[in-house]
Amino acid sequence: MMSHTPHARHLGMRVVETGPGFAVITLPYRAELIGDPVRKVVFGGAITTLLDQASGLAVACALDILRAIATVDLRVDYLRAAAPDLDLTARVECYKVTRNVAFVRGIAYEHGPDDPFASCLGTFMLGAHPGGTAFQRLVPDAGKEPA
Amino acid sequence: MIDVLNAIPYARFLGVGVERIAGGLECVLPFREAIVGNPMLPAVHGGVIGAFLELTAIMRLIDESGTDHVPKPINFAIDYLRSAGPTTTRARADIFKLGRRIAVVHVLAWQDDPARPVASGNGKFLL
Repeated sequence: MMSHTPHARHLGMRVVETGPGFAVITLPYRAELIGDPVRKVVFGGAITTLLDQASGLAVACALDILRAIATVDLRVDYLRAAAPDLDLTARVECYKVTRNVAFVRGIAYEHGPDDPFASCLGTFMLGAHPGGTAFQRLVPDAGKEPA
Repeated sequence: MIDVLNAIPYARFLGVGVERIAGGLECVLPFREAIVGNPMLPAVHGGVIGAFLELTAIMRLIDESGTDHVPKPINFAIDYLRSAGPTTTRARADIFKLGRRIAVVHVLAWQDDPARPVASGNGKFLL
């Protein structure tokens, strides 16, 4: 899923861990991500991108059969500034899946999950695109057998 | 305003431009392969759209308040209304409240038709 997302590849994001209904993704620090040149703090939007990507993966990890996933909404709270020069990690859990909608909550941190600099809450629509997801078309057998 | 934009590394990274319009400004996100989230549609990454909305809000705030530093976001909420296709995305921000310490900003992004927005954003910023 990550390698089929051009922007995630462009940013060098990598999956740290996945499990039933959760995903952990890291975004390597780079100077291009800075939003405040004085404080050298990563731009909030880059954190949104990291949390959005981890949220989508967490939803995929919560589904029995892989379906199309589309973000309906995402809210990010910036709890504090992220420390400069450190890789950023997001951990998102998909805590509820209904027939059409999946709900996620997550955090982002640079030192550890006990001290997050951002948190998020999001909603995803399931099966939004008839004809299967990009992943299903690239990996036709995905979801047909247990992983 | 282009100087302010160029001082923000992440804005340069996304290739965002800014245009002066009557009563404010409009930010422009040119399409390129590197910002794609779903290559099969193809569609711009939701995170990039979110970041673009937030950047537009910040640019409008800097323009309006004349501050010399980048306002700190407290939170930002994005509603994704349609998938953003492989073309230029534009956005405008409205400042709903410019208080002494906090500003509330609404942002709308569209592609070909402003009446068919691709996403809307609502952010609170510390000035």
